[in-house]
Amino acid sequence: MDKYLKTADSDWYKQRIIGVILCVFACFAVLFVRLFFLQIIKGGELRRLSENNSIRLQRIDPFRGIIFDRNRKMLVDNRPSFNVNVILRNARPVDQTLNKLSKYLGVPDVELAEKIAGQKRISSYKPILLKQDIGRNAVAAVEVHKYDLPGIEVNVKPRRHYLYRQSAAHLLGYLGEISSSELNSGKYPELRSGDLIGKLGIERAYDHYLRGKSGGRQVEVNATGQVVSILKTVNAHAGQNVYLTIDQDVQEKAEELLSGVTGAAVAIEPSTGQVLALASSPSFDQNTIVGGMTHEQWQAFVTDPLKPLTNRALQGEYPPASTYKILTAIAGLEEGVIDENTVFCCPGHYRFKGRDYRCWKKGGHGCVSVVQAIAESCDVFFYQVGQAVGVDRLAWYAKALGLGTISGINLPHEARGLIPTAAWKQRRTGIEWQEGETLSLAIGQGFNLVTPLQMAVMVSAIANGGTRFKPEILMKVETAEGRLVKETEPMITGKLPVSPRTMELVKQGLWEVVNTDKGTAKGARLFGLQVSGKTGTAQVIGRKEGEEEDADLPDHLKPHAWFVAYAPSDDPGIAVAVVVENGEHGSSAAAPIAREMIKAYLLKDQMRRLILANSGKGKQ
Amino acid sequence: MFDRRFVQYFDWGLLGLAVLLGGLGLLSLYSVVTAGAMTAQKILYLKQLIWFGAGLLLMVVCFLFNYKLLDRYAHAVYVFCILLLIAVLFFGKHVSGSQRWLVLGPVSIQPSEIVKIAVIVVLARYYSKNAYTRGFTLRQLFTPVTLVLIPFALIVRQPDLGTALLVVLIAGSMTVFVKIERRSFLYLFTSGTVAIPLVWFLLKNYQKQRILTFLNPDRDPLGAGYHIIQSKIAIGSGMLTGKGFLKGTQNALSFLPEQHTDFIFSVFAEEWGFVGSAILILVFLLLIVWGLNVAYSCRDPFGTILAMGICAMIFWQVVINVGMVMGLMPVVGVPLPFVSYGGSSIATMMIAIGLLINVSMRRFMLE
Repeated sequence: MDKYLKTADSDWYKQRIIGVILCVFACFAVLFVRLFFLQIIKGGELRRLSENNSIRLQRIDPFRGIIFDRNRKMLVDNRPSFNVNVILRNARPVDQTLNKLSKYLGVPDVELAEKIAGQKRISSYKPILLKQDIGRNAVAAVEVHKYDLPGIEVNVKPRRHYLYRQSAAHLLGYLGEISSSELNSGKYPELRSGDLIGKLGIERAYDHYLRGKSGGRQVEVNATGQVVSILKTVNAHAGQNVYLTIDQDVQEKAEELLSGVTGAAVAIEPSTGQVLALASSPSFDQNTIVGGMTHEQWQAFVTDPLKPLTNRALQGEYPPASTYKILTAIAGLEEGVIDENTVFCCPGHYRFKGRDYRCWKKGGHGCVSVVQAIAESCDVFFYQVGQAVGVDRLAWYAKALGLGTISGINLPHEARGLIPTAAWKQRRTGIEWQEGETLSLAIGQGFNLVTPLQMAVMVSAIANGGTRFKPEILMKVETAEGRLVKETEPMITGKLPVSPRTMELVKQGLWEVVNTDKGTAKGARLFGLQVSGKTGTAQVIGRKEGEEEDADLPDHLKPHAWFVAYAPSDDPGIAVAVVVENGEHGSSAAAPIAREMIKAYLLKDQMRRLILANSGKGKQ
Repeated sequence: MFDRRFVQYFDWGLLGLAVLLGGLGLLSLYSVVTAGAMTAQKILYLKQLIWFGAGLLLMVVCFLFNYKLLDRYAHAVYVFCILLLIAVLFFGKHVSGSQRWLVLGPVSIQPSEIVKIAVIVVLARYYSKNAYTRGFTLRQLFTPVTLVLIPFALIVRQPDLGTALLVVLIAGSMTVFVKIERRSFLYLFTSGTVAIPLVWFLLKNYQKQRILTFLNPDRDPLGAGYHIIQSKIAIGSGMLTGKGFLKGTQNALSFLPEQHTDFIFSVFAEEWGFVGSAILILVFLLLIVWGLNVAYSCRDPFGTILAMGICAMIFWQVVINVGMVMGLMPVVGVPLPFVSYGGSSIATMMIAIGLLINVSMRRFMLE
């Protein structure tokens, strides 16, 4: 008979409590047996292990992924670096040991002692790094005198190695120790202080692919710290290999020609938006950074007035100068302000609201149509087009062509540039927009600022007939075993608001820039290849009225030279934007760089096609 | 008003055992902060001392009122604690990937600790009102299961798996104590055995790996497995009489993780050896049996089940913690009652002892 237990009748509970007590005794008996087993039966053995703190954890560093260019040319890999460590508790007397070691390493022993003193938390049984990447001779010397150097150990660690010195340094980036703010961000739960992480460029943007996963092993060591046995091992997983869209030959060609000057060059494949080269000058040597710089070296590096760390290709903001006339021409044609037959006459200056606006050519261009105006870069023609279109419509076309906006390239610190509108100026300066300013704007001077990357994206979109792609830097990612992890697809970010007829006229103008006698960039001509392009000469200081030619300006006030181009003209395979700071003339300073980049890329491409065609014939 | 029998029946034994355990905890903590690698954190010792004092006060408060008031206000206590848990979800402090703490001025509290008491109280009320000798049917178990699942889910969200598991174990022990009706039990048992393999198949591979590692720390030789090896070395190296107070080398070189909280037993066992550790475990055993005796002597179902629930809480925490550091159990973060560092843990345990004393000293009232 079931009984309701609301009443105080607790015999039923009492029986159950006795059961509970029995269970408690049983469980505690197990605890006692285990305690007895550990402390009495295994006690001696475990005491011995504890005496030397014998069970240690050793970390196994993963092999960081390798970076290749589009043709599987290796750009970054790892090489062994021999590091000398000391374990203090085994190195006593420490002074003597360091003294002997300093002879073999050729480093004063004070410096070694400083390394130990510089530790945040000195622990006597953990290895302290004394010197990394010692030469092979030093390794041999230390290994031979091993028994004379207690507590000193040499271990091998992979060290990042950038194969092409100073090449694509901004693009590839470098590694550095993870900062405390990065550690605290919670984004890297598996990393610890002292771990390396990508700090710039590809190394940073694709760090999660490249990094891999560290492993480790539990080892038993003896009293002198030598490993006696390995108990358990967890293997490290190598990082994934990254293939870039870069063509190292084009990249190197650009860097070779930019060496000695300050500037940037970007090349893009118009049909996909893949970046073929992204060069910035001056550059730096990543190998010295990963090798460890002293505080003074680093300070000198980051305070260098030439700012070698800045990637000018996407962080440099320059007035677009005459390259902007491409845009003014498009805006004028599309807005119906001009058509292909519209002719403006250029006497060498244009009078507007009581002020003379000069053309770069003193004697004037005579009467020119839009195609000729582009070819000869006539300022007076574009003053009038810009004035008719107006500042805000010009800005609208600029945005549509990708200027003044983030291109979306997957690299840190991309600059936006600046495309002014009347409202922007009012907001920023509190002064109303002056119509005269539109005139300067139309020829790419004034408030306008663009990055070389934006210009390359724009010219690439014109080259392919009007499709704007996101500039893509990553081709694919593979595991160390070669299994495909990720492959990028071209990503369209917009269509240019340009009719086919307008496009034809603009392209004709760009062709004439290079290929007619009156064109401004005859220096960009290539034998056997049709190149189209546009020069630009960006004033660093405003030209004052009545001032004569600026031939005698000091170097840092000379104008920046621009050249944007694509080739071959009929079926473009490459689009290029080059800027040379204080290079004076686009035609002389920037155009030859673009020409050589085009040559380096297209000749190889033609050669490849030729070989393919020949091998095809061979089979027939 | 004041009944002299309160003094006569006052359970000095419970008070003495709790103070003894707390004292041993302070001793071990002293060793950790002076000889161990945490010397920079001497403040922890002071904090624990203050919490211990505050805990004693809470204990007094908890035996002064008649515990039958708890029966009446059980739901209010429960709802209050659940609200604290919800507050943690919104305002809790993030510490290394989990959100368990409420910061109130100078003190941080961990509501998941005190929630254990709330669950014990609310279940004691429900079971004492509805108990039959035939046991509880599935339908009757619906309410208690819901009452447990709410805090369980909230604690899992933090995430604090150790405490969430404890809540379930305590509630399960109480339920088995008041008996599950035979057919319902069989039904639960068979559906459980069928469901576990089914759930296993639904799990993703990495989730399976996690569970396997949880059950067998050796699978993670660089993390939990390494900690357990170091803990076993520390305990075993204590041998019969230990290395002596402040002389534990594993402790001194900070080979033990969380040595002031979850691994405090290893520090104690290294310094005091088998003799000391066996005495510590015996004191726990004595405390639990003492508490069960309170349940035994109480003539009121609510008091009996309440006392039983509190004993279950202490029991599971001791068995899981000591079992884990000796390598018998999965690695779960469960503090050792009265001994591990942690204000909320100490306070909760002192409240628990206060309630046991409360039930014990009022047993005459029904006679």
